[in-house]
Amino acid sequence: MHIPDGFINAGTSAGAALMAAGGVAVAVKKTSQYVDDRQVPLAGLTAAFVFAVQMLNFPVAAGTSGHLLGGALAAILVGPWAGAMCVTVVLIVQAFFADGGITALGLNVLDMGFVTALGGYAIFAGLRKVLPRKRSSIVLSSGIAAGASVVMSAAAFFIQFTIGGNVDLSPGSVLMAMLGVHALIGIGEGLITAATVGLVLGVRPDLVYGARDLATPLELSPRTGTAESPS
Amino acid sequence: MKNASSTRLFVVAGLLLAFALALFVSPFANPNPDGLNRVAMDEGFAEAATEHDLGDSPLADYRVSGVEHEGASKGLAGAAGILATFALALGLFAIARKRREPDTVPSKGGQA
Repeated sequence: MHIPDGFINAGTSAGAALMAAGGVAVAVKKTSQYVDDRQVPLAGLTAAFVFAVQMLNFPVAAGTSGHLLGGALAAILVGPWAGAMCVTVVLIVQAFFADGGITALGLNVLDMGFVTALGGYAIFAGLRKVLPRKRSSIVLSSGIAAGASVVMSAAAFFIQFTIGGNVDLSPGSVLMAMLGVHALIGIGEGLITAATVGLVLGVRPDLVYGARDLATPLELSPRTGTAESPS
Repeated sequence: MKNASSTRLFVVAGLLLAFALALFVSPFANPNPDGLNRVAMDEGFAEAATEHDLGDSPLADYRVSGVEHEGASKGLAGAAGILATFALALGLFAIARKRREPDTVPSKGGQA
């Protein structure tokens, strides 16, 4: 999914870079509103895990592979804005591996980071509203949201391509091809995301941002009942 | 913060899993072009891609230059990437954490 240099013209790439920089500034601000000491290493782990799993291309059709984008996964684990920051870090590091162009970094941060994390989380939150409040609903919502986020990411690329594509092509055919193959990749994304969220829910459900409402408030409420004792 | 050490254990275990995936699974990843590259080839805009500015970097294309063995080269490159990603994310989130400090000392774990 990484856009190389050259696909999209310089002006559109520069505009995307500005938007991405603004997005990161907003994300740092939003994240700083709730992040605590415990979440700093968790966000580091989330980014590192996404980097690792992005290396694991899986086959989707004859001669075609796909890999995790990870924005929805990161968003469900650490929060939507923090998730976008995690993928942004992954993309910056990947540039040193010649994966994803340098002038295309902003385009990629928008498509693979912000669209998947914010869009994926919005779908996740919407599904959680209509599904019963239990663990299996969270796993199911994660999978569906992650799968949809890949298609949204492909659509975001198509918008950029329509605005600033460096080639003259019939856009309709590119759109159908992008959506078709990324719907298949989305199945893999959904399965990996659901499995990972399910795993973390099984080990440490309290660490999953998207499952905060399930955590029983053990730490604060019982103590208020015994607060009479002298301190 | 009775969970602090258990959270540390979780992070260490997660990192070990990431390293294991990079070292032992990534050499078996599917080598075919991904969705975007496939579409670019089929639709005829693949050649619009230009040379990567860091194409000569010692880690380009997930290979450690100088390590001959394919699988080992990819696995080691992945491990280096995991470390760099972890460190960079840690730094960025530590900045976000610091920004919060002034108004957070009394209340803990507050969520809007």
